[in-house]
Amino acid sequence: MATDKPKLAVHKFSSCDGCQLALLNLGEPLLALPGLVDIVHFAEAGPNSPDQAVDISLVEGSVSTPEDIQRIQQVRQNSKLLVSIGACATSGGLQALGNFANRHEWMASVYSNPENIEVLNSSDPISKHVKVDLQIQGCPVNSTQVIGALRNLLSGVAPRAEVHSVCMECKRQGLICTMVTQGEPCMGPVTLAGCGALCPATGRGCYGCYGPAEQLNDRSISDRFEQLGLDAQAVLRRFRFIANSAAGFKAASEGLRGDTDG
Amino acid sequence: MSDLHLPRTAVIDERIQESPTIFTLRLRFEDAAAQEVFEFAPGQFNMVTHFAAGEIPISIVNDPKDSHYFDHTIRVVGRVSEAMSNLQPGDRVGIRGPFGRGWPVADAAGRDVLLVTGGLGCAPLVSVIRFLMKRRNQFGHLHILQGVKHSNDLIWREQYDTWAREPDVNVLLAADVVTREWHGQQGMVTELIGQLNLRHGRTIAMLCGPEMMMLAAIANLRDLGIADHQIWFSMERNMQCGIGQCGHCQIGAKYVCRDGPVFCYSELADLMGAKGF
Amino acid sequence: MQQSAKIERQPGFLPRADFQRLLDGVVKSGYQLLGPVVKDGAIQLMEVSDARQLVKGLTNEQQPGHYRLQQTAGERLFDWNHGPQGLKPLCFAPHEVLWVEQKDPLSFTTRLPDLKPTAVLGVRGCDLAALAIQDRHFLHAAGADPHYRQRREQLLLIGIDCAHSAESCFCASTGDGPSVNQGVDIGLSELDDGFLVWSGSDQGEAVLQQIDLAAAQTQQLEQMARQSEQAAQEQQRKLPSAEELMRLYQRLEHAHWQQIAERCLGCGNCTAVCPTCFCYDTHHEVSLDGLSAQNVRQWDSCFSASHSSMGGFKVRGDILSRYRQWLTHKLAGWQEQQGRIGCTGCGRCITWCPVGIDLTKESDAILWEGSLDE
Repeated sequence: MATDKPKLAVHKFSSCDGCQLALLNLGEPLLALPGLVDIVHFAEAGPNSPDQAVDISLVEGSVSTPEDIQRIQQVRQNSKLLVSIGACATSGGLQALGNFANRHEWMASVYSNPENIEVLNSSDPISKHVKVDLQIQGCPVNSTQVIGALRNLLSGVAPRAEVHSVCMECKRQGLICTMVTQGEPCMGPVTLAGCGALCPATGRGCYGCYGPAEQLNDRSISDRFEQLGLDAQAVLRRFRFIANSAAGFKAASEGLRGDTDG
Repeated sequence: MSDLHLPRTAVIDERIQESPTIFTLRLRFEDAAAQEVFEFAPGQFNMVTHFAAGEIPISIVNDPKDSHYFDHTIRVVGRVSEAMSNLQPGDRVGIRGPFGRGWPVADAAGRDVLLVTGGLGCAPLVSVIRFLMKRRNQFGHLHILQGVKHSNDLIWREQYDTWAREPDVNVLLAADVVTREWHGQQGMVTELIGQLNLRHGRTIAMLCGPEMMMLAAIANLRDLGIADHQIWFSMERNMQCGIGQCGHCQIGAKYVCRDGPVFCYSELADLMGAKGF
Repeated sequence: MQQSAKIERQPGFLPRADFQRLLDGVVKSGYQLLGPVVKDGAIQLMEVSDARQLVKGLTNEQQPGHYRLQQTAGERLFDWNHGPQGLKPLCFAPHEVLWVEQKDPLSFTTRLPDLKPTAVLGVRGCDLAALAIQDRHFLHAAGADPHYRQRREQLLLIGIDCAHSAESCFCASTGDGPSVNQGVDIGLSELDDGFLVWSGSDQGEAVLQQIDLAAAQTQQLEQMARQSEQAAQEQQRKLPSAEELMRLYQRLEHAHWQQIAERCLGCGNCTAVCPTCFCYDTHHEVSLDGLSAQNVRQWDSCFSASHSSMGGFKVRGDILSRYRQWLTHKLAGWQEQQGRIGCTGCGRCITWCPVGIDLTKESDAILWEGSLDE
């Protein structure tokens, strides 16, 4: 069906598909989406034309195999605008934990024929291999944020970057600080907002999936976590988790006393 | 109670591309009565709303006597101004304003006026130069000093030439990087101040440009004996509300959007140039 | 909403067992009633109608970066001080639509909140003083804000004297507590056997006329005074005088700013819980169909990157300059803007700072310690 609507593709790389699912979970806005764009590729939802030229590509997942590199270059060529969505696509994801270790040793300890597996030495954000026009963090992404950005791009306007800490989202929603009232370590103060304070809303601390806030005082929050009873290794794990390879968190974990993984 | 947060609709009658990144929109309020009563002073600004992108502060550059329209000269520096650069005649924008305090044109009456501009996008000062040029008999000598990074950057070149031909008007141009056709000087605009022959006790100075340039100019002016309360300049900060409410534009206790954007040096001397203010 | 600066107390007495009568009087007068309840481990204002829903026999432990509620042996309803928010969210909404616009043809329409008259039970002196500061900011003649005004005008404020202070309280040094002394419609002081109750406005008086109050005994008035005195004496923290605080502007290069910056997370919690902080940003949200948009105002913070940003350049690009902006504005700049400091001694910024930074200690250190090192 040929229309003059802008074309949209949703591509998957190394990931759990959670960001695609987050988009499918949108509810009503999802039904309105086909009114605005032609979704030519979105495997999780049905349309499957990965090689078609499009106006906007949303890319989920990290680049972790030689084949991924070729494919992302093809996606870039086919896309006027490329938006990487989610922790994997923007920072390498949970699987980038392997970047801190020798992944070939790991594979040898799990698989009987690791030589059959072709992987890169690191799990990379999309931006390491091609130009990315916009990054939307999160594990998974906040689909409302994605739709908002899409709306802006369709209007020819650069989306507005989120700059606050998760704490500001908590306080605007009237959520009670878990760290202050329960002594529960929370990454919120050093984590970029955008999720709508999902975890604190359920009474647990933020685990930093959006990656570092604009100002990252990792030393001070680490000291605080230790006062609250975390040992050095546990403090390190707070940074070396979902967004472990986001620049600020990576540098923070490498500078911490608990860094004994090598 | 009127809602100062609420824009009014204005129509774009004309769009002029001044340079690759600078354009002027000539606007009038859709509501003719609103246009009729719209009054402003040189140096004041409006908050201009683009339907999809949002709102930014833009100086008003035409003469306050032009009652049928108002002009905004806009430089593309961010997401909203970039979106605005695509607007065309017939398109509509939202307008709140005018806001802020403009240039001290009443204080300048009968005096010589030194106008120093550094760089592009100094629409605030252009508005007052035009104001003074139209009322030459009310003011003394005018010294118009304009500096740009590259001589090709200069916009409104013919206008400077026209001004330079007027009696008792001294136009000096400077550029860091110059081409062969450049008839101004090479160097910083602040270096031009030393070449002036200012009449003692008669001169009021008005500056616009990067803060570092203005600080250098202020130092030069004070060396020449110009009193702090005769040195005026237009400040730039993150202005969102225009009414001294949202808090972003504060320098110490001053709200740039409400107490400025035009300030007298004696009002801001303590914090001007202090990092972080 | 009433404006009188100072109330003359002529209290009557309401026995503890009859406290429900006050609540009934408020509700019968057409107000929805917000009262203190415990939610998620903190005192919060929630809609109530029955005195049994209210906090009872609880006190609060408030220290730098630390808030816990504790059971007391007593029956008192107001032995705590406050939760994470004062009245700010009720008037200056954390997130609200200011106006909506239609694309074709372009038009703009103010969106005002639609609210019921609301009574707030248990408002402290520090928060009443903070509200007066916010009123001056949002309702000053030149830029009176209809959104704020609409919310503000719905409020009936029932204040309560603090009989105890939390560890982070210092309202006695700012002159804003521990008793309520301005801006209440109805004032309360809790005694062992009940409440002293007085009106501070016509609206408050109208409510109280429906309630039969006994005459206050001299000993009750004495207990009221004694409790306030004791609460003030309990305070361990204090701010330097307003005059001394003006000198912060002479100490912008003090080495201690760097030491604060090493602890400060730049998260903005202090500004969000501060009952006087007023910074907000506005942004556009375009509807998915692209035909309409709304202009949204939400709480901002001078600790955020965008706060001082102009076309990508940040006037305050690091935590040091942001904390310095916050403190110098709050304690000095505000004096020039409003004739008083922007702090009312509630101590929330101390309690709710994740790393427990204490502005009384920091301002002391900057004013009195060390030299003006670069």
